[in-house]
Amino acid sequence: MAVVFKKTSMLTDVPLHYCPGCTHGIIHRLVAESIEELGAADKAIGVAPVGCAVFAYNYFNCDMQEAAHGRAPAVATGIKRVNRDCVVFTYQGDGDLASIGTAEIVHAAARGENITVIFVNNGIYGMTGGQMAPTTLPGQVTTTSPYGRDTSHCGYPIGISELLSTLKAPSFIERVSVHDVKNVVNAKRAIKEAFRRQIDGKGFSLVEVLSTCPTNWGMNPLDALKWLEANMIPYYPLGNYKDRDKEAASK
Amino acid sequence: MAKLTFASEICKGCGLCVNACPKKLLELDKSRINKKGYNPVHITDQAACVACAACARMCPDCVITVER
Repeated sequence: MAVVFKKTSMLTDVPLHYCPGCTHGIIHRLVAESIEELGAADKAIGVAPVGCAVFAYNYFNCDMQEAAHGRAPAVATGIKRVNRDCVVFTYQGDGDLASIGTAEIVHAAARGENITVIFVNNGIYGMTGGQMAPTTLPGQVTTTSPYGRDTSHCGYPIGISELLSTLKAPSFIERVSVHDVKNVVNAKRAIKEAFRRQIDGKGFSLVEVLSTCPTNWGMNPLDALKWLEANMIPYYPLGNYKDRDKEAASK
Repeated sequence: MAKLTFASEICKGCGLCVNACPKKLLELDKSRINKKGYNPVHITDQAACVACAACARMCPDCVITVER
């Protein structure tokens, strides 16, 4: 019998600690498969964030470095600059990248560092118990916004892909989702392309992946996928936000 | 002839695969509880499976291996 699908060897056998139905597991797999398929398994170095994905170093079967909260792009910058042949990526949530780590990600992107950033956006602080994040939707109920996010004093969510796409240096920025099989396949394509840009020396690449948090959203896993599709995608439209290769080709 | 193999002990019973199966062949096995304390997924009709691997692509925990 031919194998149609099996777990990639770029993931270890350690069982994931994520809650049932959390889409972190899917995104881990897509990143791992992309690295393996691009033949970068021996030279991949990942940088883990603070947040639910803090134990990512136990799951990816490559060298991993833990960074201080939000500082993964700065750590990845250092690793990449002394190991230019390595494929360096960060894996960060929205509580890490879009709040305490905003300065690091903006400047890493502005410098056009040749790294790949996987940004997992589920609109909430997962690990610490479901507090309001910079990416929490207007009106969304969290433990620190029990009446819903009030934009009159909490402002509006940050669209990281939109924000970073205004910079000149980034090579590839795309927002994808993993709420159904079709979108999972599309997310894999985008993540693989992001890694390919780095391998080709094109510079900074980022893929924002919309993700669920069934536990802190207070939903079962299936309802969480439906909620993502119905509420997050209208605020965070999917698609490519920057592609320097395409821009160069159209000139 | 397709064959699904489940790493049942790491299944968390989230049901994303059950929802993804286009032929609705998967269900959570309420007669079993794995070491983690969840009802693991199983297939109700192996012969009807077309090995599309939609279930495996949605599984967050890489529980499912698909062969054809």
